[in-house]
Amino acid sequence: MSFFKKLKDRVTNQTDSVTTKFKDGLQKTRDSFSEKMNTLAAKYRTVDEDFFEELEELLISADVGVNTVMELVDELREIAKLENVKNSADILPVISEKLTEKLDFTGDDSKLSMNADGMTVILFVGVNGVGKTTTIGKLAHHFKEQDKKVVLAAGDTFRAGAIEQLGVWGDRVGVDVIKQAEGSDPAAVMYDAIHAAKSRSADVLLCDTAGRLQNKVNLMKELEKVKRVIQREVPSAPHEVLLVLDATTGQNAMAQAKQFKEATDVSGIVLTKLDGTAKGGIVLAIRNELDIPVKFVGLGEKVDDLQPFDAEQFTYGLFQTLAEEK
Amino acid sequence: MTIAFESLAERLQQTMQKIKGKGKVSEADVKEMAREVRLALLEADVNFKVVKQFVNRVKERAVGQEVMKSLTPGQQVIKVVNEELTALMGSEESKIETAPKPPTVIMMVGLQGAGKTTTTAKLANYLRKKKNRTPMLVAADIYRPAAIDQLNTLGKQLDMPVYSEGTDVSPVDIVKRGVEKAKEEHHDTVILDTAGRLHVDENLMDELKEMKASVNPDEILLVVDAMTGQDAVNVAEQFNELLEISGVVLTKLDGDTRGGAALSIRAVTEKPIKFAGMGEKIDQLEPFHPERMASRILGMGDVLSLIEKAQTNVDEEKAKELEAKLRNADLTFDDFLEQIDQVKSMGPLEDLLGMLPGANKMKGMKNMQVDDSQIGKVEAIVRSMTKQEKNEPKIINASRKRRIAKGSGTTVQDVNKLLKQFEDMKKMMKQMTSQMGGKAGKRKGKGGMQFPFMK
Repeated sequence: MSFFKKLKDRVTNQTDSVTTKFKDGLQKTRDSFSEKMNTLAAKYRTVDEDFFEELEELLISADVGVNTVMELVDELREIAKLENVKNSADILPVISEKLTEKLDFTGDDSKLSMNADGMTVILFVGVNGVGKTTTIGKLAHHFKEQDKKVVLAAGDTFRAGAIEQLGVWGDRVGVDVIKQAEGSDPAAVMYDAIHAAKSRSADVLLCDTAGRLQNKVNLMKELEKVKRVIQREVPSAPHEVLLVLDATTGQNAMAQAKQFKEATDVSGIVLTKLDGTAKGGIVLAIRNELDIPVKFVGLGEKVDDLQPFDAEQFTYGLFQTLAEEK
Repeated sequence: MTIAFESLAERLQQTMQKIKGKGKVSEADVKEMAREVRLALLEADVNFKVVKQFVNRVKERAVGQEVMKSLTPGQQVIKVVNEELTALMGSEESKIETAPKPPTVIMMVGLQGAGKTTTTAKLANYLRKKKNRTPMLVAADIYRPAAIDQLNTLGKQLDMPVYSEGTDVSPVDIVKRGVEKAKEEHHDTVILDTAGRLHVDENLMDELKEMKASVNPDEILLVVDAMTGQDAVNVAEQFNELLEISGVVLTKLDGDTRGGAALSIRAVTEKPIKFAGMGEKIDQLEPFHPERMASRILGMGDVLSLIEKAQTNVDEEKAKELEAKLRNADLTFDDFLEQIDQVKSMGPLEDLLGMLPGANKMKGMKNMQVDDSQIGKVEAIVRSMTKQEKNEPKIINASRKRRIAKGSGTTVQDVNKLLKQFEDMKKMMKQMTSQMGGKAGKRKGKGGMQFPFMK
């Protein structure tokens, strides 16, 4: 299979540590997914309706999303018919090719866009409990490693203990945290933070916000205001608006992406908690339906367990067993 | 705000509507219905295995057998779906166990970010307010930064004691001493907030098992995010297998998730969902009513919940009055103002609207969002009307409109909009109540119907 070989070659040339981290983090995903794919091929030697139905279920069980799955399976049906594919083993590579196609391999937009001349401001948004504060802590570490001066803005003034939580991360990583009292106006915190970060000539300002469900009009308006204030103080900012998504989330992740995009023009996604048994298939659906790129993935609890998203690595992780067997 | 399960109800209803019109259900109909039900449930995040079982059961029962004379075949399919759904959701409202010898120990477990700490505080508040218990909280999450601060802050808000030993002590020891302390201080209930963990993290799961062995909890509640996808089954299965949970709390159900995870968890663990988190405020934890939820899925509304809610917050007489007004669509602007006040005290409007039968079927109610800031404007306009105008909105002519707009600091357009919406709302009330009365009738929602305070 030339497709897999190409993929494998390109991936093996990359730094081993990153690959290992990806592989470890995706172990669960890969095991169950490719295991099932192989079982599927063994179980259904011929490509028929039962085969497609099972494939549908397999993809749905990975939270890929009903629409995306139906679309994909219909395409495969068409291909199987046109090219007269009878053997199920022959259609597996087509499946993975289609999947990676949907993930979009160009990957240029999966890099963070940094402000070339001045401070980069990154705003973090998302629903409750997805891991915004933790992601900020990890990303602060990531930038610190690159010798960048980082400042954090404690914009979650609502949840009990949120400011303290970011404070702990600030101490851990060794960066300043700009904060006000619990219950104060988050937009005011951002205003303060931008001026404080400017006067400290920071390279990067990471802005935390309170988790909010995307269907709460007032809270989404508050978020719009937070973004407006940032924009007013630094016209080119925010340079990134990152939506933090929990990989265990089902179809609602699509609604989250839609609503947060509408309110804050989300530029990228951080997919967290990918080290569990959740399959993270929603990435495909979101890329396919909303064209928002994934920029980082959270692969564990340690401070360096946040990795830049790499579509090739991701796909390789998913299909590694398949790739090696072919 | 949309209502949990709304889209599922909508989907099923569309299919049912098609079948309803027919006198006889053909096998092709059943097949189409089964397909729609399957898609709807999958889109709602119900686990695909659970969906398969469910659809098969419905199919089996829908074709042939159990023919009842009083029902048309279409109605019968609806009945079957409803019954199966109700059976799957479980049929009882659940309570919190009481230990024969106090204190009752409740242990909260779950994945990271599910909402354990918030739910711990909400549950403590609920038990104190509704069950006259005197809970103490124990902060056993030593891993997440500032988790103990979070529980302490919530404890202060509630004026409730929180036992903690910092982050350098084993959580097993913390809960043990926490329970002893509760006993000494004569608290009848102690709630243990544990750290979030992955169900596949063996070390941390072992830690939970040790905690369980050392304090022997009366309840182990698994806290699950209502937005969880297909993985909900794995999580619930694993926690249940290792700890034998006694129940589930479903959080963030005030979001617009369809909440299929609820069905999945029930199906694989057979443990009851006891409570649902319905908002960010500390009193927004409600007992989970599976049978009502099932009927809500089918769009029969949740009048019981509405009435119960009205009773706790408004005095009963006023609630009855309100209900009668809703039924008769006999609204004046005075009632309207009064309702705004009462409804405000009952909690978010969208919650209430979601409980009304048929509300999720109205066009424009889909993805409904309520804008609280609009309520102020509406109030101002109504308060600028004369008594006569409030009782007979019909008499409001152009010059009256100008006066009202001036008096309320709004525009004539705003006044016009409100008057129009008020009339629409009355019409809709009529439609909904006639549905409640069981008359099928024409129930077409008016296109783009809006409440005055909806965005």
